[in-house]
Amino acid sequence: MSYLRPNFRHPELPANEKGYTKRHYEGAISTLCAGCGHDSVSGAIIQSCYEMAIEPHRIAKISGIGCSSKTPTYFLGNSHGFNSVHGRMPSVATGANLANRDMIYIGVSGDGDSASIGLGQFAHVVRRNLNMLYLVENNGCYGLTKGQDSATADVGSASKKGEPNPYEPIDLCALALQAGASFVARSFSGDKEQLIPLIKAAIAHTGFAFIDVISPCVTFNNTAKSTKGYEFARSHIEATGKIDFVPLRKEITADYAPGFSQEITLHDGSVIHLYKQEGVDCQDRNGALAAIQDYAGRGQILTGLLYIDPDTQDFHDSQKTIKKPLVDLGQSELCPGNRALKAINASLR
Amino acid sequence: MKPIKSVNDFVIRFANVNGTGSASANNMFVKSVFRMGVPVSPKNIFPSNIQGLPTWYEVRVCEQGYIGSRGGVDIAVCMNPQSMAQDISTVEAGGYVVYDSSKPMDLRMHRDDITFIGLPLTEICRNEYSDPRQRQLFKNVIYIGALSALMNIEFGVLKDLVGDQFRGKEKLIAPNIHALELGYQYAREKFKCPIGIHLERRDLVGDKILIEGNDALALGAIYGGATVVAWYPITPSTSVVDAFEKYAKRLRIDAGSGDRKFAIAQAEDELAAIGMVIGAGWMGARSFTATSGPGLSLMSEFLGLAYFAEVPAVLFDIQRAGPSTGMPTRTQQSDILSAAYASHGDTRHVLLFPADPAECFDMGATSFDLAEQLQTPVIVLSDLDLGMNDYMSEPLSWNGKRNYRRGKVLDSGQLEKLTERYGRYLDVDDDGICYRTLPGTHPSKGVFFTRGTSRDEYAQYTESGDAYVRNMERLLKKFETAKSYVPGPEFYGAAKSTNDGMIFFGTSTQSCLEALDGLTAEGIHCDGMRLRAFPFNTEVENFIASHDRIFVVEQNRDGQMRKLLIVECEVDPKKLVAMTHYDGMPITARKIVGAVRNAVGGATVTPIRRKKAGEKS
Repeated sequence: MSYLRPNFRHPELPANEKGYTKRHYEGAISTLCAGCGHDSVSGAIIQSCYEMAIEPHRIAKISGIGCSSKTPTYFLGNSHGFNSVHGRMPSVATGANLANRDMIYIGVSGDGDSASIGLGQFAHVVRRNLNMLYLVENNGCYGLTKGQDSATADVGSASKKGEPNPYEPIDLCALALQAGASFVARSFSGDKEQLIPLIKAAIAHTGFAFIDVISPCVTFNNTAKSTKGYEFARSHIEATGKIDFVPLRKEITADYAPGFSQEITLHDGSVIHLYKQEGVDCQDRNGALAAIQDYAGRGQILTGLLYIDPDTQDFHDSQKTIKKPLVDLGQSELCPGNRALKAINASLR
Repeated sequence: MKPIKSVNDFVIRFANVNGTGSASANNMFVKSVFRMGVPVSPKNIFPSNIQGLPTWYEVRVCEQGYIGSRGGVDIAVCMNPQSMAQDISTVEAGGYVVYDSSKPMDLRMHRDDITFIGLPLTEICRNEYSDPRQRQLFKNVIYIGALSALMNIEFGVLKDLVGDQFRGKEKLIAPNIHALELGYQYAREKFKCPIGIHLERRDLVGDKILIEGNDALALGAIYGGATVVAWYPITPSTSVVDAFEKYAKRLRIDAGSGDRKFAIAQAEDELAAIGMVIGAGWMGARSFTATSGPGLSLMSEFLGLAYFAEVPAVLFDIQRAGPSTGMPTRTQQSDILSAAYASHGDTRHVLLFPADPAECFDMGATSFDLAEQLQTPVIVLSDLDLGMNDYMSEPLSWNGKRNYRRGKVLDSGQLEKLTERYGRYLDVDDDGICYRTLPGTHPSKGVFFTRGTSRDEYAQYTESGDAYVRNMERLLKKFETAKSYVPGPEFYGAAKSTNDGMIFFGTSTQSCLEALDGLTAEGIHCDGMRLRAFPFNTEVENFIASHDRIFVVEQNRDGQMRKLLIVECEVDPKKLVAMTHYDGMPITARKIVGAVRNAVGGATVTPIRRKKAGEKS
């Protein structure tokens, strides 16, 4: 959809504590189809970063190829971005993160990009517990090539072409859990109330944070027989509970209905409050896996925070890299000089 | 039968079973020759296997300093019954065979034109040691001891080597020296020592070192400031990353915290490895991967991205014999074309061709300067021969005044002062190289989106054909600029004016230089040019223009460098004569001399006379 966005903004747009208005977090105009779930996800990312008052230039946004991978152009226009090759966003993010551990990494991918061509890289970036937010905009189809089924399409789900999909789906949340992810969540692009606190918690989490967002493709996979359409998602979603993200232990002002509540303190001191409907423990990996399967068996989609381990070793911890970003080390810190070389030469005679 | 008599000029070949500990014993032989001041060059010929298959270690000793492969074997040390018949058959007439005589030798292997020296190694070990592992390991040390007597290796040199080898494990020194003595005493008692082929101390190696090319490349990367390494294990490149880790753990540890000033990611495959390198390069770190042919093929798509999006990346390709899995433990120079034009669409990449370890070190470091200055991938093409064999090399040296060249990167201050709109792909200096910014530099200026899709000068996505063509033309201009950045060729002028030339590069160099000398002795004159980089500059073009016939020597079937020269320099193909060698073994001077001699034809040819012991060239 192409249209011109008016340049006018309210002169007194509220600024966050770092002095940035929401406009500083917006990107170029989206060229996706009107009503695409992905645009809502972009909106949620913008809102989350604005509310967390992250300086835009401290964020690096990275993607692969596909409709979802186009979206980094449409949010965080003041952040460096890298639209890499199909299915390989994880490796680019890994190299970037190793080079500069002080940046905040937001990777956006799709179900084709992560569950098919990039399945290998997805599994391995999870294993390394790379400190990043990895968000999949999951619509069960290949939009840019006109609607072929993807590897996350459910058995029997039919896209616009009408042929039911005969193959078993890959559940990326279950895979992430099995590969050792330290933060796993699922959400729906149409549920900003749930998605925004999840994104905020994922950014605050130290380690690999994965969010699988059901994000319907209005053009090719929003049929009555599709399990990734708006209608199915709205009527089949069950949430693990209501979630609230509190940055750096600030006072909670929101009002919640009473219920079983769990409080998780993240590495940076932020707190996640989870108001649960049932007694599902989101620090139980096996329980999370079982719950995903139980709900899927009943034809339902379990959303919300599925699993979190706030105290894990990220890739830099495993690598024992210096706290100062490698990219900030100068020649004097990197080049051992001629004297060391003389000693090496002497040992080779 | 007339036994060969030769001092400091011979080839000895050790035939062993891999996984039996022979490597360190054979290495001791090489080092002792080296420490006696005599030029030496070993080649490890090993199987793609961990234990049980035949392996050879061929050592050329050459007083004149030629360190390329010579071809032929003067002494075979036959420690592998499996390959013994073949090993004996390769020995030159008048040569020697050293073998384990604990069991009688199969008489069918006997030859009248060579001398057999039997050492009852198994028997000595059976009497001396009870532990089976010791019996096997010390067998190797005992034959070195015997060779010491037979070939006049100074025993003190060997003792010092043992001391150096087991520094920190002192209790192993005495048993090893004892094993050396066992061999030495046996040989002294039973044979007339030394034999016709032997060593004499000289002072011909100066301050040179013995180092594998892969170690030197790794050190080059450390000195060149590489911080992020991403790789997938593949022979023969693995030891680059092993060496990087070994030295970085010594040289790149933060004194205060003990933390590492480097990171090594063992990737899930080569695609991920190069992706990580590109991610790190985009973020501003110096980063490399090491691989071989199959990995280069897998990395192609990403190399196209780095070329088009203009992200610095360094790739060390330690070539092996292809295509496909080919001969994974044999050498070749056969990735030239696939490296030069890696990836779909119109691409071309900067290549460097190191010829020895000192140059591996230098180019290892320089590759990062070039990648950042040119904002593009740089591929260093080494090979198994250079990468995994000890080469006698000039010592590694780092000029204290040398500064990293980080290329055109705008820092926060420069961005602050910028008055006009920043354009990532705006050719401000008219050299095709634009200014980049690194993520996180400035809160509001210099941000841009990196992509593999077409874009305009301001990094905005576009499908405009004009903008696309402008960008592609600028990339060509950048490649023109690269010609003045990359190292130029080296020339080796003939003694007499000639219209014949020889072009070579990388590990063909040593044998070509020896061949040029050999040809001169036969009255055939050839000017030599060693290529050190692609793109080729005008010096390369001038050399080709000023000769009528040029032999292009390279280790692949299809004459890939010849083709690259023809295409890139627009040369008449008839002018460039392909001189290829691709059986997986290093090319020899003998082969080159023979091929040139045949090509020249008609010239008066006197056969090369074998140099007598002690005779000066």
